[in-house]
Amino acid sequence: MTAVQTARAPAARPPISPPSLLRASSTIVWRNLLHIRRMPEMLLDVTVQSVMFVLLFAYVFGGAIQVPGTNYKEFLLPGIMVQTMVFSSAIVAMGLTNDLQKGIVDRFKSLPVPRSAVLVGRSISSLIHSSIGVAVMALTGLLIGWRIRNGVADGVLAFALLLLFGFALIWLGIWVGSLMRTVEAVQGFMFTVMFPLTFVANTFAPPESMPAWLRAIAEWNPVSAVTQACRELWGNGLPAASDAAWPLQHPVLVSVAWSLALTAVFAPLAVAAFRRRSRD
Amino acid sequence: MSTTAAVEAIDLVKHFGDTRAVDGVSFVVPEGSVLGLLGPNGAGKTTLVRMLTTLSVPTSGTGRVAGFDILAQPTEVRRSMGLTGQAATVDEILTGRENLTLIGRLYGLPKKYVRETTEMLFERFDLTDAGDRMAKTYSGGMRRRLDLAVSLLAAPPILFLDEPTTGLDPHSRSGLWAVLRELVQEGTTLVLTTQYLEEADHLADEIVVVDKGEVIAAGTPTQLKDQAGRASVVVTLTRAADLDRAAELMRSHSSEVHIEVGSRRLTAQAGGLGDMTRIAAVFETSGIELDDLGLARPSLDDVFLHLTGHRAEDAQDPTNEGVPQ
Repeated sequence: MTAVQTARAPAARPPISPPSLLRASSTIVWRNLLHIRRMPEMLLDVTVQSVMFVLLFAYVFGGAIQVPGTNYKEFLLPGIMVQTMVFSSAIVAMGLTNDLQKGIVDRFKSLPVPRSAVLVGRSISSLIHSSIGVAVMALTGLLIGWRIRNGVADGVLAFALLLLFGFALIWLGIWVGSLMRTVEAVQGFMFTVMFPLTFVANTFAPPESMPAWLRAIAEWNPVSAVTQACRELWGNGLPAASDAAWPLQHPVLVSVAWSLALTAVFAPLAVAAFRRRSRD
Repeated sequence: MSTTAAVEAIDLVKHFGDTRAVDGVSFVVPEGSVLGLLGPNGAGKTTLVRMLTTLSVPTSGTGRVAGFDILAQPTEVRRSMGLTGQAATVDEILTGRENLTLIGRLYGLPKKYVRETTEMLFERFDLTDAGDRMAKTYSGGMRRRLDLAVSLLAAPPILFLDEPTTGLDPHSRSGLWAVLRELVQEGTTLVLTTQYLEEADHLADEIVVVDKGEVIAAGTPTQLKDQAGRASVVVTLTRAADLDRAAELMRSHSSEVHIEVGSRRLTAQAGGLGDMTRIAAVFETSGIELDDLGLARPSLDDVFLHLTGHRAEDAQDPTNEGVPQ
């Protein structure tokens, strides 16, 4: 049987031209950014909260923490920016679960658009979300004395590494977001994972001062590699100590490798979980 | 008169783990008609709609929407139908108009068309003034109307409505019914699920009764009511003093006569209209004054009770089908 000619005159139907993945995704990004504009408090996590973190650590703990070769503010800024990028996986997870829970994903699925547009759109808007946070922190940093001391190329490369790492972790967010049923569950789970992940690292304090076993974990933590890479590229402190673990000796290379590896592990898991969720 | 099928369910099955949400359902919805899927919570209605609208992949079986196979041609199916109700929803953070803009972009519709159609639909659904407010400020009825407007933006010839009036107050419900009847007059095919027997009776040309994932009856509302048992003639007397005499008169026509003294009402089992006119004629010559005389057909609620052994409204299944877990 071919297409049914319905009682409604065909001329009465408007021309439907299903959008490409790119156009559909950008429409979903537009929608997600509209949410942020409507509810600027959604950005609190990466703006006010981040600034507060910077100031708290810089002025409350800063005096008590000794860092080699630089002052604590210079040491802190790259670490806290990496932390913000890591939290974009929680943002993507909560956004996705919310859309699944509220039936928005069903609405999109009932339309003739590529289904992956939901994921692509969500990922891009979460990266924009975190990037706003990184920008706010860079400005705060500049105000309190943080500087990019090496060339423009290295400076840009560090930001690119941040984005790449954020992109890798977004897959973790999509995976968790597709598996969990409520935003509260996602929030609880992600924060339980994110806090140790970003604190047991070189983000806020040099691992040299940690007990040996914890130091080993911290130095192999991907967060540490990305932080170390940013510090070196921006000229915020010395290269890793000579007795530091291998990843910290080659932070840029290891950051890229970790990002690719995390993507390779979590992207298939994420897509499979989202597909499974989408079949029901 | 065209009798092409707008929607076909072909032995649809959906299992969630050990739960057989839908267990071999088939039906045909002719173009331009209204099919009511009637059943209690957990009967499998939502799952059926989700499969037919390509949101959920059947465990086995298939379906056709506007002639397109739901498994082989999902994109064509999505172009041909609109979905509203439980399984699809509006974006609460966006304004009413932005919701339509969003959907218009996702259909790839011309901007001018979207603008004009939005105003037309908002006019029709009484949303013009609220169009620039966030949807989360809308009342339940407004939200459903916005949901419907979103579904109608691309003028789909087939519309699926999943429990369109659940949770609405009676006023909003009758308003929505009026809109749906207009759509049918314009030639739209409707497939709607409902727990409300009254709603199915009111809107549907054909009713498919589902319970525990299976079709337990199908037919027009009248056919279903006839299945549930015979009609009865109900007579209300003006004076209570006539009760005994009236009962005797009715017994000569019907073996079963039920008397309610307080309301001066007598009910007699009857075969149909013929019995009613005969009983009316008897009273005409008897001189007994009547307040009312009429034929009462069993309600769909009675039909449900007859078919399933339980009432539709209190058949609460713990495995709610709304959001498949």
